[in-house]
Amino acid sequence: MLTIQDLAKTYADGTQALAGLTLSLAPGEIVAVVGGSGCGKTTLLRLVAGLDAATAGLIRLDGATIAGPHPGLGLVFQEPRLLPWLSIAENVGFGLADRPAAERRTRVARALARVGLADHAGRWPRELSGGQQQRVAIARAFVADPRVLLLDEPFSALDAVTREDLHRHLLALWAETRPTIVLVTHDVAEAAALADRVVVMRPHPGRIHRTVAVEAPRSGDAVAHLRTSRVLRALLDESLAPSARRAALAV
Amino acid sequence: MSAGAASPLLASGAGGAAPATMELDHSWRRHAGRAGGRLVLGVLIPLALALGWELAIRSGLAQGRLLPPPSRILGTLLALAQSGDLRLHVQATLLRVALGFVAGAGAGILVGALTGTLPVARHLLDPSLQALRAVPSLAWVPLFILWLGILETPKVVLIAVGVFFPVYVGVSGAIASVDRKLVEVGRIFRLSRLALARRILLPAVLPGTLVALRTGLGLGFLFVVAAELMGASEGLGYLLVDGQQFGKPDQILAAILAFAGLGKLADGLLVLATRPLLRWQDVSRGVL
Ligand SMILES: Nc1ncnc2c1ncn2[C@@H]1O[C@H](COP(=O)(O)OP(=O)(O)OP(=O)(O)O)[C@@H](O)[C@H]1O
Ligand SMILES: [Mg+2]
Repeated sequence: MLTIQDLAKTYADGTQALAGLTLSLAPGEIVAVVGGSGCGKTTLLRLVAGLDAATAGLIRLDGATIAGPHPGLGLVFQEPRLLPWLSIAENVGFGLADRPAAERRTRVARALARVGLADHAGRWPRELSGGQQQRVAIARAFVADPRVLLLDEPFSALDAVTREDLHRHLLALWAETRPTIVLVTHDVAEAAALADRVVVMRPHPGRIHRTVAVEAPRSGDAVAHLRTSRVLRALLDESLAPSARRAALAV
Repeated sequence: MSAGAASPLLASGAGGAAPATMELDHSWRRHAGRAGGRLVLGVLIPLALALGWELAIRSGLAQGRLLPPPSRILGTLLALAQSGDLRLHVQATLLRVALGFVAGAGAGILVGALTGTLPVARHLLDPSLQALRAVPSLAWVPLFILWLGILETPKVVLIAVGVFFPVYVGVSGAIASVDRKLVEVGRIFRLSRLALARRILLPAVLPGTLVALRTGLGLGFLFVVAAELMGASEGLGYLLVDGQQFGKPDQILAAILAFAGLGKLADGLLVLATRPLLRWQDVSRGVL
């Protein structure tokens, strides 16, 4: 159980990125966070991941307060951020340095197979395409079985076909240990397809505007998804400036 | 790619392994051919000049007293080699460069790592070091001689000082420019400070450090000449002084040739020895 209570973040330059954000996630739940650019989505994930300190508020994982990076929490950045001097397999196993070598090997092999990159284990990151690198980053976050996974627009740089492919990989990984997932995305259809619940944020200061339950997540129920997508799009448009709204409608 | 080259690949379908390797082989050969062509182009002018000068002297058009013909320079070099003198001088010079390089580069890496990672050390040391760096290293020579005499110590110290600064600047700069995004990957996986240094900082600064070491080595050869010019009884620099005093331009040019060869060789060895460390890099293929 991940609970976020009255979370606020004001940056050193006075920017109020978040104010009074409260959200709680059940174990195994997938929550998508959508909202316009600059409304504090990345800030939220960085605070939960323990990379930055909150100005006010509390983050708890199963009752224990989080202050700093936590072993039960994994984060996938918007860019792959692979270490260029490590092979693909070594990148995936980066967080397993304290495990026995045999366990490390089997876990890495399984995670790579799950994202469809089993035969790329020995290659360098530079030899992989952008989508493949992003899959490696997802495998790296999943490999230690975190209880909570934070994903910051992990698919935004990819084309639609690759993106759907990665959705399948993500759900396959999720099905194994059912971690709680917070997925930040700009893509309403993606949110409706993957999440149990969609949180719509608004900027200045960043806060939750609405929460929408997805009626039939991941069931392939096209009508339900369409309904959810429409609701979300309407909400999102309402929270955007007129010019951004036009752009959003064009999507 | 030309249609002629592509068609056997298309026609052979699944059994296309042999044409594919042939294709590779061809492109490799073409590549090697191009590199060879560049090499020929590069030596064309010096070779033509050398040959022209040789012919001019042989035909009596020029005297060659101050600029001896290439054949005489090579002859002098050969004679030096046969008498064992060349080995003696090369050894002396190499030993000085090696000692000075190890001391200067070691200190540069150490201090650079210190100021790169600890803000206190940076605020404390960097301003003074930058001020010292602004002093041309040769300006220290009189002081070194006064303090350390005229034997080996001042020579090695001068080389070490010359090597220190580029290595220091390179290493501290490399550390300062390590990608914050990769450091955050280390933080997400809760690496200790030591593990962060070993697993993220060290590999990230390696390319910059090796470039700094190459620059340092080049300066080491620069300063060994200066050190040997200030008085030595052996070493390639001594050959230069000796050649000047006794009017032997062929010996001077032979020593210069030896310097060129040694410098290039040392640099090549450094690159070769460190190449396995940089296999992962996305750049610098086919340099050297
Ligand atoms: N390090 C920082 N210092 C000062 N202000 C910052 C910093 N990081 C973010 N901000 C500000 O905080 C606000 C929220 O930024 P954040 O990156 O969380 O937005 P976001 O919702 O992730 O946007 P996007 O969808 O474009 O990624 C923005 O107004 C941004 O300018
Ligand atoms: Mg963001």
